[in-house]
Amino acid sequence: MPEVLQAPLVVEFPFTRSLGPVQSAFLTGLRERVVLGVRTGDGRTLVPPVEYDPVTAEEIRDLVEVAPTGTVTTWAWNHEPRRGQPLGTPFAWVLVRLDGADTALLHALDAPGPVAVRTGMRVRIRWAEERTGAITDIACFEPYDGEPGQPGGHAGEFEDPLTGIVAPARLDYTYSPGRAQSAYIHALSEQRTVGERCPSCRKVYVPPRGACPTCGVATAEQVEVGPRGTVTTFCIVNIKARNLDIEVPYVYAHIALDGADLALHARIGGIPYDQVRMGQRVEPVWTEGARYPDHYRPTGEPDADYDTYKELL
Amino acid sequence: MTREIAVVAFAQTDHRRSTEESSEVEMLMPVLHDVLQQTGLKTADIGFTCSGSSDYLAGRAFSFTLALDGVGAWPPVSESHVEMDGAWALYEAWTKLLTGDADTALVYSYGKSSPGSVRDVLTRQLDPYYVAPLWPDSVALAALQAQALMDAGHTDEPALAAVGARSRAAAAANPHAQLKGRTPQGDYIVRPLRTGDCPPVGDGAAAVILAAGERARQLCERPAWIRGIDHRIEAHGLGVRDLTDSPSTRLAAEHAGVFERPVDTAELHAPFSAQEVLLRRVLRLGDDVRVNPSGGALAANPVMAAGLIRIGEAAARIHRGASDRALAHATSGPCLQQNLVAVLEGDPR
Repeated sequence: MPEVLQAPLVVEFPFTRSLGPVQSAFLTGLRERVVLGVRTGDGRTLVPPVEYDPVTAEEIRDLVEVAPTGTVTTWAWNHEPRRGQPLGTPFAWVLVRLDGADTALLHALDAPGPVAVRTGMRVRIRWAEERTGAITDIACFEPYDGEPGQPGGHAGEFEDPLTGIVAPARLDYTYSPGRAQSAYIHALSEQRTVGERCPSCRKVYVPPRGACPTCGVATAEQVEVGPRGTVTTFCIVNIKARNLDIEVPYVYAHIALDGADLALHARIGGIPYDQVRMGQRVEPVWTEGARYPDHYRPTGEPDADYDTYKELL
Repeated sequence: MTREIAVVAFAQTDHRRSTEESSEVEMLMPVLHDVLQQTGLKTADIGFTCSGSSDYLAGRAFSFTLALDGVGAWPPVSESHVEMDGAWALYEAWTKLLTGDADTALVYSYGKSSPGSVRDVLTRQLDPYYVAPLWPDSVALAALQAQALMDAGHTDEPALAAVGARSRAAAAANPHAQLKGRTPQGDYIVRPLRTGDCPPVGDGAAAVILAAGERARQLCERPAWIRGIDHRIEAHGLGVRDLTDSPSTRLAAEHAGVFERPVDTAELHAPFSAQEVLLRRVLRLGDDVRVNPSGGALAANPVMAAGLIRIGEAAARIHRGASDRALAHATSGPCLQQNLVAVLEGDPR
């Protein structure tokens, strides 16, 4: 069995999120070094604030400023910070109930070690030097043994309120396509196309995924298919894709490789777009060093009879 | 009229740290074949199919549609998917059977955590405005809960170590478990949680078949009847919740009928040792109840399947006569945010 392939895979996306009135006030407040909570119908103050009462589900908008000082309600010592976390040096995760609030905010506490942290300890906000209106405008908390801070009575009205945030996310993976698809990719590196035959219905699937989607059984018997095939159906693409160096219009087609019971899709080249037709016989065109055929071109053979490919449409 | 619905078959993979040689469907197929074989059913005989998984684990978009290749979705099947643990897929299938639209259901779930870093991946299920930008990983959040339980006097580090040791000792008899036997408690990962307090990271899959009424009796010698099942959720804000309590579990248990009569077995989905301490208290489980005889999630925690496995393990004990009335619990989200509780019973002997 050939070696199972692996490759790094990064999934990265800058999520653009809109803010409601309460979240907007809270995050804009952080930018201005003001911490706002929201008052519920039963008189509790939630920090961080939410737009709907977690108990009654009523909409709540009564903003109230709380102090930048507070009390740790629970903690956990993180001796090995991970990417994206608030501090690069060992720190404590903390839930902090700010003075004036009834609920706790999750953040990091900068402390010399776990012996310096305990539930009930007093802390205050250390503001980030550059603030943009994000939870990370609080750089972290730090130990504090002074008087409770005095909230300024801010009502949550700002001149230039935020309406949205961009929250970048990145996850790193090591992608492995599994046995069947590894074999397919290996064969492609030798400019061959292999499928797998279902032991039950005898159909040959390309690319193989290790299972027959009709019978729900494992497939293992490898079958070389192609290289030639038949256009079963096609479309004409008129819009140029970004970063794709192909002149429009071009033809994208389903191609039933000889010996396969499932059509692949690929671009058709070497012929004017308006001369591509169902039943046309085509063959792959490889470019130097490519990992898959660049496109398929007509072989010049007579067209395939409709009955030979109608089941593959 | 309320229909009686039972778990009639259960199968799971051998859970392993990595299954890089298999795609998700290649990993899943053997357990699908196993439950079908146990019942003698073919895919075409199944009335409803429901699955649970998450694309974020392996970084594969729409992976559940690829997994359907393993079901054999031709002729077309009635199918649904939840982006949650398979226990919630089972709940959906149970409601489908209750309506009378189907007499049998195939429920499966799978998770491949090995391609990514599951601690980081799970941060993406957190509040995207206030919490996710800080990237608090799943162990850190569980550690905050463990410390809260210790501060409240509900547990301490030796008690947590005992939970881990008991789980892995019990798993010695479980051929599917990933961690078994004597396992060192290890160093702190995020204090107060040590390696031994945390679940292994691994890949795995599970499947069950549900059947209603007489159909269940035809398919299984001793069906595990679902006498009650309920799931509840709490506020997503961690600082809004009392982390030393689990009112959602308590409420789900009340609605599922847990407190009506004692159970003899409880399969608890507690990926972290401190969560088992909390769940035992909330569910009022005495020392006479066998908790996690399978080893639980501390012995194998294929994310998205571990909750369904709790229901499957509880059912399997009823099937083989090792239990008459069992509780199964599944959780999802940080610090036991969402909880599902089911009560399973065998026919009187």
